[in-house]
Amino acid sequence: MSSEILIDLCNLRFNYHNRPEVLKGLNLKVTSDHRLGLVGANGTGKTTVLSIIMGLLKPTSGTVEIFGKLRKTEADFREVRPKLGFVFQDANDQLFSPTVADDIAFGPLNLGASRKQADDIVKEVLDSLGLSGFGPRVTYGLSGGERKLVALGTALALKPRLLILDEPTTFLDEKSVARLEAIINNSTLPVLIVSHDHDFLDRVTTKKVRLLDGIIEGQQ
Amino acid sequence: MSYSSELSGSGALSRVDPRLKVIILVVWSVIIALSWDLRALAAGLLGSIILVVLAGCDQKAKFIKRLFLINSFLIFVWLVVPFSFSVPGQTLLAIGPLKMTNEGFRLTFILTVKALEITAGAMAMTVSTSTFDLMAAARAMGAPEKLTAMTALMIRYIRVVGEEFERLVWAMRIRGFVPKLTIHCLRSYANLAGILLVRGLDRGERVHAAMLCRGYKGRFFFDRQYQLRALDGYVALVFFILSALVVILDVI
Repeated sequence: MSSEILIDLCNLRFNYHNRPEVLKGLNLKVTSDHRLGLVGANGTGKTTVLSIIMGLLKPTSGTVEIFGKLRKTEADFREVRPKLGFVFQDANDQLFSPTVADDIAFGPLNLGASRKQADDIVKEVLDSLGLSGFGPRVTYGLSGGERKLVALGTALALKPRLLILDEPTTFLDEKSVARLEAIINNSTLPVLIVSHDHDFLDRVTTKKVRLLDGIIEGQQ
Repeated sequence: MSYSSELSGSGALSRVDPRLKVIILVVWSVIIALSWDLRALAAGLLGSIILVVLAGCDQKAKFIKRLFLINSFLIFVWLVVPFSFSVPGQTLLAIGPLKMTNEGFRLTFILTVKALEITAGAMAMTVSTSTFDLMAAARAMGAPEKLTAMTALMIRYIRVVGEEFERLVWAMRIRGFVPKLTIHCLRSYANLAGILLVRGLDRGERVHAAMLCRGYKGRFFFDRQYQLRALDGYVALVFFILSALVVILDVI
């Protein structure tokens, strides 16, 4: 498989209102031939990096290139967000529909799928996650592990070009982590995972980078 | 909209007895609301400006922005009242079949000034008083304990619910959600409202459980001893004079 640059962050600087700079000229490339893990201590700006990639925060300077094009405006990001397959740290933040099927269908419907197409996607996604028959379940009543998988499903339903997971193993027990791990390893999608869990990253990623003092350690 | 930023003021008003502040705010609001004379409202404007200056808010632009945000409903008043048939009078301006009357214009203008004066005064009071002081003052003046506790909890958690709302909306936008007037969108909004209610209830239970774990027995302690000082006397005197001025100007 030839390598393609999916995300290219160049010289990013960022600080929250009236606070010291979190990112100090960070460079980071996410390519299609790597499963990339991003580590770093609390407060080093890992979630900030993800928020900038998703266009939820605007960097004070530096450029964000996604799928080979410079992304600046809300319209630019609106176009790429569904293709980025972002999964929130807390699945509760992502699931808001009464049933699992509703929630997974939400994305495809936004992108203009018909009800029939959306239902097909729901079935396909649930089957691929080993959650067949979960469609009518109430999202609120799911266990933490199931909820995480459904949240992952809502991202997969958009047919993304990569997956971005923010601290995927928090709130999960070992069994659920193992399930998540199997799904990531069986998928052909490139991933970007932010985590503290080094063991987990060793098992699901092919490359690890560390965020230290506002830049990627040893960045060019 | 941001829930994480709070306005605060550290001017002289922040050192005034909160009980006095509540009394001044109530009296001031009632007097302004009942005045219809332009001279009285001019004096009212002076009073409200004094309050805002004394509050000493450190983020002036934000204060003004919020003041206008609170009063944004006035746009609708301006769109309707000057042209209303219920305010007959001399025609000032005609746009097609719509006629703006002198009296309608005057009425709307007075309403605008009153709303701005009252909200500016109220904001000056709230930015210069901590939630705890506000609750303690309410208790000291005989407000029911339950009501006070509910208000305090509401002030504490409205931002948490707001943040939850923001995260959910972001999660929706990430999945390509664009607000439109379609069944799909309306359903999504209904789901959003529903889940916020369910979460709110759940959070309420968790907070209650956490309170029980720390020995909560159904009582809140908002009691604090206040003592009137010289500053309180000056502020009270200034506002007594200003209030009297507004009333006299309105009556004569």
